[in-house]
Amino acid sequence: MLKQIEGSRAVAEAVALCRPEVICAYPISPQTHIVEALGEMVKDGALQDCEYLNVESEFAAMSVAIGASAAGARSYTATASQGLLFMAEAVFNAAGLGLPIVMTVANRAIGAPINIWNDHSDSLSMRDCGWLQLFAENNQEALDLHILAFRLAEELSLPIMVCMDGFILTHAYERVDMPTQAQVDAYLPPYEPRQVLDPAEPVSIGAMVGPEAFMEVRYLAHAKQMEALKLIPQYAAEFRKVFGRDSGGLLHTYRTEDADTVIVAMGSVLGTIKDTVDELRAAGQRIGVLGITCFRPFPIAAVAAALKQCKRFVVLEKSLAVGLGGILAVNVRMAVTGMGLKGYTVIAGLGGRAITQKSLHALFLKAATDELDLVTFLDLDWRVVNRQIEREKAHRRTGPVAEALLRDVGVVGVRNY
Amino acid sequence: MSFQPIKFYQTGTFTVGNRLLAPEERSVQASAKRFNSINSGHRACQGCGEALGARYAIDAAMEATQGRLIAANATGCLEVFSTPYPETSWQIPWIHSLFGNTAAVASGIAAAQKVKMKKGERRNIRVVAQGGDGGTTDIGFGCLSGMFERNDDVLYICYDNGGYMNTGVQRSSATPPAARTSTTPAAGAEPGNVFGQGKYLPAIALAHEIPYVATATVADLRDLEAKVRRAMEIRGARYIHILVPCPLGWGTAASDTVRMARLAKETGVFPVFEAEYGEIKSVLAIRHRLPVEDYLKPQKRYAHLFGKTPRIDVIARLQALADRNIRKYGLLGKEAN
Ligand SMILES: Cc1ncc(C[n+]2csc(CCOP(=O)(O)OP(=O)(O)O)c2C)c(N)n1
Ligand code: SF4
Ligand SMILES: [Mg+2]
Repeated sequence: MLKQIEGSRAVAEAVALCRPEVICAYPISPQTHIVEALGEMVKDGALQDCEYLNVESEFAAMSVAIGASAAGARSYTATASQGLLFMAEAVFNAAGLGLPIVMTVANRAIGAPINIWNDHSDSLSMRDCGWLQLFAENNQEALDLHILAFRLAEELSLPIMVCMDGFILTHAYERVDMPTQAQVDAYLPPYEPRQVLDPAEPVSIGAMVGPEAFMEVRYLAHAKQMEALKLIPQYAAEFRKVFGRDSGGLLHTYRTEDADTVIVAMGSVLGTIKDTVDELRAAGQRIGVLGITCFRPFPIAAVAAALKQCKRFVVLEKSLAVGLGGILAVNVRMAVTGMGLKGYTVIAGLGGRAITQKSLHALFLKAATDELDLVTFLDLDWRVVNRQIEREKAHRRTGPVAEALLRDVGVVGVRNY
Repeated sequence: MSFQPIKFYQTGTFTVGNRLLAPEERSVQASAKRFNSINSGHRACQGCGEALGARYAIDAAMEATQGRLIAANATGCLEVFSTPYPETSWQIPWIHSLFGNTAAVASGIAAAQKVKMKKGERRNIRVVAQGGDGGTTDIGFGCLSGMFERNDDVLYICYDNGGYMNTGVQRSSATPPAARTSTTPAAGAEPGNVFGQGKYLPAIALAHEIPYVATATVADLRDLEAKVRRAMEIRGARYIHILVPCPLGWGTAASDTVRMARLAKETGVFPVFEAEYGEIKSVLAIRHRLPVEDYLKPQKRYAHLFGKTPRIDVIARLQALADRNIRKYGLLGKEAN
């Protein structure tokens, strides 16, 4: 059914259609509307046979999900930013124990300085924790990916983060096609756990493992996650059969057939990038886009295939590996090892900084003539940066950096959250 | 209200011989058909009070639930010595997730049971969570308080040996004053753990006004079993705090574990009581009141108090704390409250 609803609401309704049995909620923007909506559905009876727990922290949220999942219940939670970091130890644990929890990450920057707006620092900081990570480009894909995620997670016995851009998607009202319960039931079978805490067949889960077997356990976690590279395209094809539309998959290419330059990115910024590429194509540039949906496992072969024809690629990412450059960029470079391509990293949109078509237009033109630096910070205000650098040269006690910069920038639409 | 109507005590040991009792009154541990939930072959130190306490408590919980029990376990000695991969001592479904999240993991298991019951997919199964004092009073405190506050259907058992034993006997917030640990060494003018710090979790549990809070020691098997049984009769959040001497950390003889636990109770160092909804219902009275010295002296962690010049000042402060417990909880046999 077509609906004009908020992204968070769309995800909540999709999660409800997946018949979750335990949901743990803890508020943090921009994820909160999702768990609020689910709470309402449980309370008013729209979502039956589901325990909804208001926990005291994200660490508890993930821990409750761990217990529930190990006891055989389909478990869900959502978080963002500081919340994801606060639960980090349990995030690794859920993956290590092989528990198919699905979690929405409404991507948001990480402090300090505290910032509630969108970038990908949060889930990317958890890139090596053993969870799969799927990135949605728009709200339709966000809701579809949740349905796929439950199926994939439970098939593999691995947890999955469905990542959607905070505010840009979570708070955007867009038209979505909401599937019916019958469609979701046809696509997603009931949860049949591989391991379950059951007095009829007692098992010990979470034993201490020493050097004699730890490597093997870790290798299997890797091998297991890599299986998703085969399953995801297969599940996407089945998704098309049941729901009548394309959603998910490992990656999407756009106008890459004869492209010399390919822009690689994840999430909602792909829309702006595609619009810019359309403009440049109209002006005769041979440029295309590679949108990555599946960040973990990283689809190395598919990325290499997608970039095979081009001369150069530009990874535009909303994350920063401090002391190195890009996170996604490093992954893409690994995929194109030995292919002789020029590669550029562009750090953009950190902490919600707008990524405009105008800036992208200029950036992509520069890339097409190989005038880009290896690492570029898009739309950085050098005036503000340099002023602080000068200050620090002049004085020792310059005080907290963020506050000094804010004074320079002046008050721009102050709001409290 | 007391759960120990039996009054036959063998002189000296304070334990009642099962041969004096009718079969149905005998302890779970005395039964050849006990569950052995935590089986032999684990790697605890000789005389480990925690191993003993866990066996008593979980077997009693298994008896009370007719074997329909799931346990969540915090990181710590109990977890490490019971499950060295690929072996496990646990004969019951058991999960170890992390050090500080055990109460929340148990809440999750309980939530899953509730849904599965509602759906008719599973019969009634109960949940117990267990951890050491570090995993309970320090790092796991947030999750524990959350579980209490939500009144989740979980029995949480804390095995209090007064320190982080698994990592080599460091101080926890349950380490008693003056005790030597590896982070409160017996050095300087005020050797050992400082006075005026630490927390007493049973009182904090009481403040949550949860359905059931009790303390127990491994010296009183029958009392411990009765409390676990009572706890399993109740729905909602329940807490039992068990004193479990640790020969390694305390510097006591392996054969003295039960004696040390009894001395902790008989000196008033460790009050043994039972409470419902925040109100103390009964205490286990001291039978032969003893000075704290009797409890302190056999323990090497207090050896610095009994050197060439004994620290009678410190011992007096410890005695004062015990006396306060005795007054506060009415441990000399008067009815509490
Ligand atoms: C987050 C985290 N911090 C620290 C540790 C290290 N650690 C493991 S067990 C333990 C001590 C456990 O003490 P306690 O809970 O009192 O149990 P005991 O071993 O004394 O029975 C510590 C500090 C850990 N595993 N995880
Ligand atoms: S260190 Fe103490 S608690 Fe740990 S196994 Fe040994 S005796 Fe038991
Ligand atoms: Mg301890």
